[in-house]
Amino acid sequence: MRPVRIIVAKVGLDGHDRGVKVVARALRDAGYEVIYTGLRQTPEMVVDAALQEDAQVIGLSIHSGAHMTLFPAVVQELKRRKATDIVVFGGGIIPDDDVAALKKQGVEQLFTPGTPLQEIVDWLRKRFPEESR
Amino acid sequence: MKVRARDSKQAWLEDFESSPARDDGIETSTISGIPLKPLYTTDDLPRRPEEFPGQFPYTRGIHPSGYRGRLWTMRQFSGFATAEETNRRYKYLLANGQTGLSVAFDMPTLMGQDSDAPTSRGEIGHCGVAIDSLADMETLFDGIPLGDITTSMTINSPAAILLCMYIAVAEEQGVPASTLGGTLQNDILKEFIAQKEFIFPPAPSMRLVVDSIEYCAKEVPQWNTISISGYHIREAGSTAAQELAFTLADGMAYVDACIERGMRIDDFAPRLSFFFDAHIDFFEEIAKFRAARRIWARWMRERYGAQQERSWKLRFHTQTAGVSLTAQQPELNIARTAIEALAAVLGGTQSLHTNAMDEVLALPTDKSARIALRTQQLLAYESGVANTIDPLGGSYFIEALTDEMERQAESYFKRIEALGGVIPAIEASFFQKEIADAAFQYQQELEQKRRIMIGVNDFTVDEEVPIEILRIDPKLESQQIARVREVRRKRDNARCSNALTGLRKAAAGSDNLMPYILEAVRAYATEGEIMNTLIEVFGIYTEQAVV
Amino acid sequence: MASWWCWGTTSPYAFWAGSELNEADLETRFRSGDTRALARAISLVERRDPSVRALEATLRPKGQAPGVVGFTGAPGTGKSTLVDGVVALLRKRENSVAVLATDPNSPFTGGAILGDRIRMQRHALDPKVFIRSMGARGHLGGLSLATREAIRLLWAFGFDQVVIETVGVGQSELEVAAVADTTVVVLTPNLGDGVQMIKAGILEIADIFVVNKADLDGHARVVTELRSMLSLAPKGNWKPPILATVAARQDGLEDLWEAVLAHRRHLESSGRGRQLAEQRLRDETAEVAAEIARERIRRALADDPALSARLLDTGTPYGTAEEILDRGR
Repeated sequence: MRPVRIIVAKVGLDGHDRGVKVVARALRDAGYEVIYTGLRQTPEMVVDAALQEDAQVIGLSIHSGAHMTLFPAVVQELKRRKATDIVVFGGGIIPDDDVAALKKQGVEQLFTPGTPLQEIVDWLRKRFPEESR
Repeated sequence: MKVRARDSKQAWLEDFESSPARDDGIETSTISGIPLKPLYTTDDLPRRPEEFPGQFPYTRGIHPSGYRGRLWTMRQFSGFATAEETNRRYKYLLANGQTGLSVAFDMPTLMGQDSDAPTSRGEIGHCGVAIDSLADMETLFDGIPLGDITTSMTINSPAAILLCMYIAVAEEQGVPASTLGGTLQNDILKEFIAQKEFIFPPAPSMRLVVDSIEYCAKEVPQWNTISISGYHIREAGSTAAQELAFTLADGMAYVDACIERGMRIDDFAPRLSFFFDAHIDFFEEIAKFRAARRIWARWMRERYGAQQERSWKLRFHTQTAGVSLTAQQPELNIARTAIEALAAVLGGTQSLHTNAMDEVLALPTDKSARIALRTQQLLAYESGVANTIDPLGGSYFIEALTDEMERQAESYFKRIEALGGVIPAIEASFFQKEIADAAFQYQQELEQKRRIMIGVNDFTVDEEVPIEILRIDPKLESQQIARVREVRRKRDNARCSNALTGLRKAAAGSDNLMPYILEAVRAYATEGEIMNTLIEVFGIYTEQAVV
Repeated sequence: MASWWCWGTTSPYAFWAGSELNEADLETRFRSGDTRALARAISLVERRDPSVRALEATLRPKGQAPGVVGFTGAPGTGKSTLVDGVVALLRKRENSVAVLATDPNSPFTGGAILGDRIRMQRHALDPKVFIRSMGARGHLGGLSLATREAIRLLWAFGFDQVVIETVGVGQSELEVAAVADTTVVVLTPNLGDGVQMIKAGILEIADIFVVNKADLDGHARVVTELRSMLSLAPKGNWKPPILATVAARQDGLEDLWEAVLAHRRHLESSGRGRQLAEQRLRDETAEVAAEIARERIRRALADDPALSARLLDTGTPYGTAEEILDRGR
C-alpha cells in the first residue's frame, strides 16, 4: 500500500483558510497523508515542498482572484523541475471560463465553492486507484 | 386566569407531541447548533425590569428614537482595479443615493506591499483597489469632498498608513483632520484569529493600533479608529456565539491596551465601533445583535468603570454573509441577502452593506451592485420595518435567545481569561481551533443533508445560466506597476528617505508612530517602503497553523 | 528481485509508473544531488519497500556521520519554532541541515495532516535545507526503523546535521530517543501543571531540557521543579542541563546548540556514543529480523490454507510460528 501524499497549499496573498482546512481534514479522514504548507506560498515554494515530501498531488487554494496567474505558474515550475507527473488540482472562487482555461494549462481538476467533500475524495480515489487505501 | 393559561399550554404540549413530525432529517437547532424549542411562551421570558431603547443596557437599541430619528447608513463596500476606476464607481454610487463610501483594497495593499513586489503578481486590483502611495489616494478621492462624506476603510496591518494617506488627501483639499468622519477597520486581533492578514507579531501590531487610537483621540476626534470585527470570524466558519464572544473579547483587549498606554477610558471608548456578520439564521442573528449591545454596555460600565453613556453604547456596522451565498442559482442570493439585511435592521445596526448576488464569483457589476443597494432602500422605505423601534422586543423567543447568546459569550470570556487573555489564546491557537472545528462540523452537516443550502445540496438544477461577471483587465497590472515606479522617480527622494529613517528610529523607541508615518506618506514613500521599514524593526509573524 | 516482505497487495513497481523519476534513474539522480531522488528513497524506506535496497547497497556514506539531534515535547511548546531557529543557526554556521518532522497518524484511517513545515517557511527555498514530514503510519516498529534508514540516506546525500522533531504523544518521544544522538525535551511554563505534565520515562531520555517561552510567567517555577526532579534521578556521567529559550525571538539558541555540542563531546570522550551506536545496530537488526519474520508468517498463513486451518484447529501459535520459520524462505 502506498499512501498518497498530498501537498495542500494556499498560494497568493489572501488568508482565507476555511476551505483549505476543511478539505485537509476531509482528505485526512479519507486516509490520505496531507502536508499542509500554510499561507502565502509562492509557486516555487509549493513545488519545492512537493519534491522534498515526494508528494504525488498538489492541491492549491486561492480566494484572491489570482488563480489565472498562480495556478499555471505552479504547473510551469513543475515542468522546470522535471516533475510533471505530480498532479495539480485547485479550489476557490473560479468562474467557469477560467476552469476551462486552467484545465488546458495543465491543472487537472478544479473544485468551486459548494463542491461536496466526497466529490474531491472520489476524484482522488479514481485518479489513484492503485495507491489509495 | 393563570391556571387556565397553564391548562392551555399543557393541552398544546399534548397536541404537539401527538402530531406527526417531519422526517426529513433536517436540524431544528439554529445554524450554530443552539437547540430550539418548538414553542416559546411567557415561561421563557426573563424576569427583569422592562428595557427601553436609548437606555442602559441598550438591548433595544442605542438611540431612543431608533430609525425614526435616522435610518441606518447604507454603505456599500466597493473598490476594484485602479484608483481611477474606483473613483468613477464611487461617484456612481453617491449619485444613486448611497450615503457613505467604503473602500475595498486589493490584496497587495492589504498585505502592505507595493504593486511591483514579486508576490503581487496576479493580485493587483482583483479584490479591491490598488493603492501604493499618496498619489493613488489622491486619484481615488478626486472630486469627492472629504469634508462632506464619511469613509470606511477596510484595512488592518497597514491601517495606520492608509489613514495617514486619507488625512494627507484631506489636507490637500483644505479639509482639517479634526472634521474628518469615517471608520478604519484597524482590527488586528481578528486577523490573527480568522482572516490571517497579519504581518508583524502581536505586540508591535497592538502598538500600532493603540498609536492610531491615541493619535485620533486628539487629532481626528470624529474618526472611528477601529472597527472590531466579528464578520471575518464568522465567515471563517465560527458559530454566532463565537463571533459574538471573540469579537467582544477582542474589543476588551483593545480597551485594556489603551488603558495600559495611560489613556482614560471615556477618551477613546466612544470611538470604538463594531462590525458583525448577518448570517442566514434570522432570529439567531437578531438575538446576537441585541446581546452584543447588552454585554458591551455592562462590561464598559461595570468592569471598566466608564462614566459617559457614549462609552457604553455599542455601535456596529453589518455586512450580510458572504459565505451564505452560492455560485449555483446566484439570483437566489438576492433573496438571501434581503433576509439577512432584515435581520441586521431588526437587530438595530447603524450601517449596512448588502452583498451583491455575484459577489461569490467575483467583484459585483454595476447592475448587481445597484440591486444590492436597492434591497436596503426597499427595507427602509417600502417594508415599514423601520417604523417601530426594536419591533421584536418582548418576543418570548427573541428574548430567550438573546439571553442564551449572552450566556454563551460569557462562558467563552471565562475560557479566554483562563488562557491568559486574547493574545496568549491566539498563540495557543484557541480561537483558530474553535473556528476550524465549527466550520468542519457545519460542512459535515451539509454533506449529510442535515442542513440545506438551496442549489448546492438540494433543489439543484442542471443548467446553470452564466451570469455576467466583471473582469479585471490584465493590462492594469503593468499600468499600476509603472505608476508606482513613476512616483518613486518623481518624488523628493531625500525627503522620503529622511522620513523613513525617522520612522525606523521611532519604531525602535516608544514614540507614537502616527506623525512619523504621516510625514513618510506626505513625502510619497510607498506603502511597501513604510511597511518594510517597520518590518526591519518589528519582524514578521508566522502562525502555528491548526488544521 | 524478491519482494517477500513487501506489505500489502500493490506491486512496488506500480509506484514508479508514470513518474518522471524512474527506478533506473534513482541511483544516478541521488548521486547527482537531486532532492527528488532523496525524497523518493525516503518514501521507499517509509513504506518498507525493498526496492530501495538496490540503491542502499551502492551508497557509501559521505564524510563524517551527521550529528542527529531530536526534539520532543507536548503540542504547543513551540518545538517547530525552536527547530526553525536551530536550522537558522546551523545555516549561519554553514552546515547543511535535514529536518525529519514526525507526526503520529490517525490510527483509524491511516490519514494524517502534517503541518510542521509551516514554521520553517523561511528556509523554504534554501537548497541546503531539506525538510521532510513523516507520518508514523503503519510501522509496526513505530518510526524508529524508517527514521534510522532515512538518516543513513541523508548521510549518503551529504547532510552535516539531522534534526528530528516529534510531538511528544504516545510513544513517539521514546522512538526519537532511540534514534537521536542527543535528545532535547522541550517544556513551557504555560502548559497546565508544568512539570507534573511530564510523563514518566521522559527524565530518562532527556539529554537536554529546554524551557521554551521563557518570557512567560512561571518559567522559574518550571526550572526549579525540574531541578528537584532531576536531583532524584539516578546519577549518570551526564547531567542534563536545563536551558531557557524564547524561540520566537531566537533567544537562547546559541547556548542550546553549545549544549548539544557539549553532549556530543561527552558521547565521544566517555565512549558512550560508540556503545550506543553498537547497541542500536544490534537492536535494529533484531527489529528488521522481526519485521521479516512477521511478514513471512503472514504470507505463509495466507498462502497455505491447510496450515492456517491446522493453526485454528490446534490453537498453537508458538508451534506454528516455529514451523514456518524452520521452513526457511
